[in-house]
Formats: sequence, structure tokens, C-alpha cells
Amino acid sequence: MLEVKIYITLKKTVADPQGLTIKHALESLGYHNLGEVRIGKLISMKVNSRDRKEVGQRIEEMCQKLLANPIIEDYTFQIEEVK
Amino acid sequence: MRFGVVVFPGSNCDQDCFYVVNDVLKQPVRYIWHKDTKLDNFDCIILPGGFSYGDYLRTGAIARFSPIMNSIIDFAQKGGIVIGICNGFQILLESGLLPGAMLRNTTLHFICKYVYIKTENTKTPFTNLCKKNQILKIPIAHNEGNYYTDEAGLKNLDKNRQIAFHYCSADGEVNKEHNPNGALANIAGIINKQGNVLGMMPHPERSSEKELGSEDGLLIFKSIIKWIGNKS
Repeated sequence: MLEVKIYITLKKTVADPQGLTIKHALESLGYHNLGEVRIGKLISMKVNSRDRKEVGQRIEEMCQKLLANPIIEDYTFQIEEVK
Repeated sequence: MRFGVVVFPGSNCDQDCFYVVNDVLKQPVRYIWHKDTKLDNFDCIILPGGFSYGDYLRTGAIARFSPIMNSIIDFAQKGGIVIGICNGFQILLESGLLPGAMLRNTTLHFICKYVYIKTENTKTPFTNLCKKNQILKIPIAHNEGNYYTDEAGLKNLDKNRQIAFHYCSADGEVNKEHNPNGALANIAGIINKQGNVLGMMPHPERSSEKELGSEDGLLIFKSIIKWIGNKS
């Protein structure tokens, strides 16, 4: 069994008001020297396969078709073996 | 002249659209269930507002793959008249029938209020009864109406006269102060290059009777009826 973790974030060129609001909240709690804060989504998925390459290709396809919107979002993913 | 109103799970403006076409304008209209796969004999398809599939993942992202969408894409590509209102606009963006994408409102609030929009192109099936630069009072109700496209995309919209409406003040000034949601260049509605598909965030079906505070929305439905009447 493989477990895939897909991270979806707004492109760097797209403003992220949620990230900015979180940064301000952290600063008001006394956490200073923060750089840019950005928020994203994590999708985790178990796949009944041992073929990392084939699973990687299918996940890439899923991201392009549905999971991410390439106009506003970037995505990356990791594949790990689980029991 | 036959209208079809598509019903997705989570649509909630479908009955308002149906009511305006059927009861206010006395035109034939039918509901189309999202699981249907064929469109028979419609002149105009309305994708209504609401929260299709609970806005899960991204607004419109899942509805875009409903069984009926293949037929709607085909209908639009053959020149059929399609109007997407609010969530309907978001579905049109996700399906690629219109360019760009929606982001969350910059205020991070759901905004529900009357706004003013300026008609920028009156030579479309949806605005042909509007006067040049006519200001319409129509309400918005959304959390993701912050229209986005890249610089080249915006240039194309301008060049091809695809911007149908800009958010503006009561006297027609288009500026940041009268941009409710952060939308790029105050864009409230766009058409496709061919001009037969419109997406708009404001709700014309909620402003089609005097009792509701404005009947400016009727101009859009009446324009469609006139356009199709002239064609047939």
C-alpha cells in the first residue's frame, strides 16, 4: 500500500489574504521576525499499489484534471510506503 | 424560446431563475437534473447560483464534472447561449468555457448586498437591451468572487471586449472603493470570445421585480429573449 500526500498552494503570484491574516494574528501573539505566511491544502490518499512510478503518473494526472487549478495553484506530492 | 435551468446538488438559486423565466417573463422553462446527459431543444441554458457539491475542493470544481456538463460544453461550443450566475460563473471558469479563476474575496467575508455594475459591452446576447455604459443595480452574494487571470489573460479580455460588467459606484465610477471582493480590474462579468457564454457574479434573478428593490436584472433575461427571437 502506498500513501500519497498532495500539497496544493496558491501560486506565488497570487495574493493570499488568509496567510497574511494568520501572520498578523501570530504577530499579535508575540511571534516576530516572521517572513511571508501562506496557507494551502493537504490531500492524503491511500493507493492499493506498489508501483510508485505508475501511481506518480496517475496522481500527476489527478492534480491537473481536478485536484489543483493550474491558473491559481501549484502542487507537489510525496509517495510513501505504508502497511 | 426554451430555457433550461440546471440543478446541481447544492444549487439554491435554481427556483428563482425558473420563477423569473416562467412567472415574470412567461417563457417556457424546464429544470435539467445534473445527472442527465442530453440536452434536447433548448435555446438558453442557465447555470444557477448556490453551493454545488458544498463548494468542496474549489467552487465549481466538482460540478464541472457532472454528467450534464459534457452536453453543455458541446452546446456552448456550437454557439448555444449559456449564462452562469455566481456559482454558475464559477462552474463555467472551472470547465474552461470562460477564462480565469475565482479566488476568495480579499476581505475573507461572505458578501451579500446590492452593488452597481456598469455595462461595458452592449453588443452581446445578454446586454443588447442595455444602454451604452448603463449602470445596473443587482445584488451579489458570494465568498469567492475575486476574479483572477494573469496579465496576458486580462489583456486578451480587454482586446476582445470580453468584459461585460465592471463593479462601479452609483454614478458609474469604476474604482477600488467600489470593488466589493478584490476582483481584478473590478470585473463582475465576462463573456467568451465568441460572445455566446456569459458568467457574472451578481444575481439578475434576484433583481427582476420592483418589490425586490430593482428590476435591472430583467434587462439581461429580456436581452436573451430578444437575441434568440431575432435569430430564429
